[in-house]
Amino acid sequence: MTKARHYLSIVLLHLRKELHLEWRSRDAITGMLFFTLLIAVVFSLAFDPTSNPTLARQISGGIAWIGLLFAATTSLNGSWAREQRNQVLDAHRLSPAPPSALFVGKALANFLFVTLVEVVLVPVFVLFYNIRPLGQASLLWLILPLGTWALVLNGTFFSALSLRSRNRDLLLPLILFPISIPALLAVVNGTTSVITGEFDPNLWIRLLAGFDIIFTVVALLLFGTVLHAE
Amino acid sequence: MKTLFTILAAVAVVLLGFGLYQAFLVAPTEATMGPVQRIFYWHVPLNIIGEITPYVNMLASIAYIFLRGRNQLAARRADALAVASAEVTVLFVGLGLIGGILWGRPAWGIWWAWDARTTSTLLLLLLYVSYLLLRRFSDGPGSRTIAAVLSIFAGVDVPIVFMSIRWWRTQHPAPVLTGDGEIDPVMKSAFAWNLLAFFIWGIVLIWARYATLRREQALAEREALQLIGVA
Repeated sequence: MTKARHYLSIVLLHLRKELHLEWRSRDAITGMLFFTLLIAVVFSLAFDPTSNPTLARQISGGIAWIGLLFAATTSLNGSWAREQRNQVLDAHRLSPAPPSALFVGKALANFLFVTLVEVVLVPVFVLFYNIRPLGQASLLWLILPLGTWALVLNGTFFSALSLRSRNRDLLLPLILFPISIPALLAVVNGTTSVITGEFDPNLWIRLLAGFDIIFTVVALLLFGTVLHAE
Repeated sequence: MKTLFTILAAVAVVLLGFGLYQAFLVAPTEATMGPVQRIFYWHVPLNIIGEITPYVNMLASIAYIFLRGRNQLAARRADALAVASAEVTVLFVGLGLIGGILWGRPAWGIWWAWDARTTSTLLLLLLYVSYLLLRRFSDGPGSRTIAAVLSIFAGVDVPIVFMSIRWWRTQHPAPVLTGDGEIDPVMKSAFAWNLLAFFIWGIVLIWARYATLRREQALAEREALQLIGVA
């Protein structure tokens, strides 16, 4: 019990540090927010949401999530890059604290950042794409966090993986996208089903939950190996 | 070992030739699809083996992570096996996809359909291309461990991909070999010969790449030792 509390306190410490650092610069949130907004605008130029309401309903969920995925990949690299300055990462390696606590703290912080972006983004999409959800809108309270966690979990883990590589910024999407495709498929289909009301999202929510559980476990088990890779 | 490799390679070549003969001259022409169905004799074995090799890659990677602090030599071997099997995965799945595309045009009327199996096979290919890219982009200490971690993620992902895509859409013909469909026994034996031929060919390719990678590792080791003046 004390062990669990100790672990939790370290996670919270890392989380607080991440939030503090982000609060000072607000780079990640501003960048992600503007990036996703731009994607929404650029896609609305590619087709006209006002004159094609059915089409807008069918694809806006996909556009929103792809925008978020792209935005997250641009900012996730930064969250590990700042650990490299002043050899902070080496200090983490020497520290007796459990390595996975560092990972969980960082992933939770990124989760909060992306969630914040979503909170701003959902009204924007509703406004720009004239969306009125025809399905069960309350399910979004389940789909959004599950999808965000899937995205952020793998993103945080793989940006730690690509820390030691050349072309770090290029490598992250190359390894993150193929692995995340089942989660992306599930979250896009779940969101689309809520917006169009055409099919049942239950299967997709279950897939997302399964994906989240499996990959959280794998990431927790393997993060220590990644941190001590040398 | 070298003699065994030569024998195995020769057996693979002979079997591939025999499989070709079986598929073209012995097996009867399929009733509805016509001669284009004969592409199955390569397409299916390539994909079956391409779905096994990812697990060789994953097991070798787990072995690498487990062994790296204990037994350097065994760990290097596991790492070489992981790379070799990932390369064969990409090769076989890629060739299988090309076979499927060539078959799709006359049979479906389109080159590519985003149905369950084509999509999940394409994703399988992408996963292992990304593994090989990670190996290419990262070098220096730790790159092997990192690649092994990605390989475990990919191995866990493969069944999830297949399940999720199956729920998503289905257009690919249902499995004929295990399903209810009736197949001419001659076709079955021609298929079995080809499956065996490609299986042995896959082993030969993995073995050959493994041997090359081991030599590259030894070379790098010797260079490193020379640099510090030990050897």
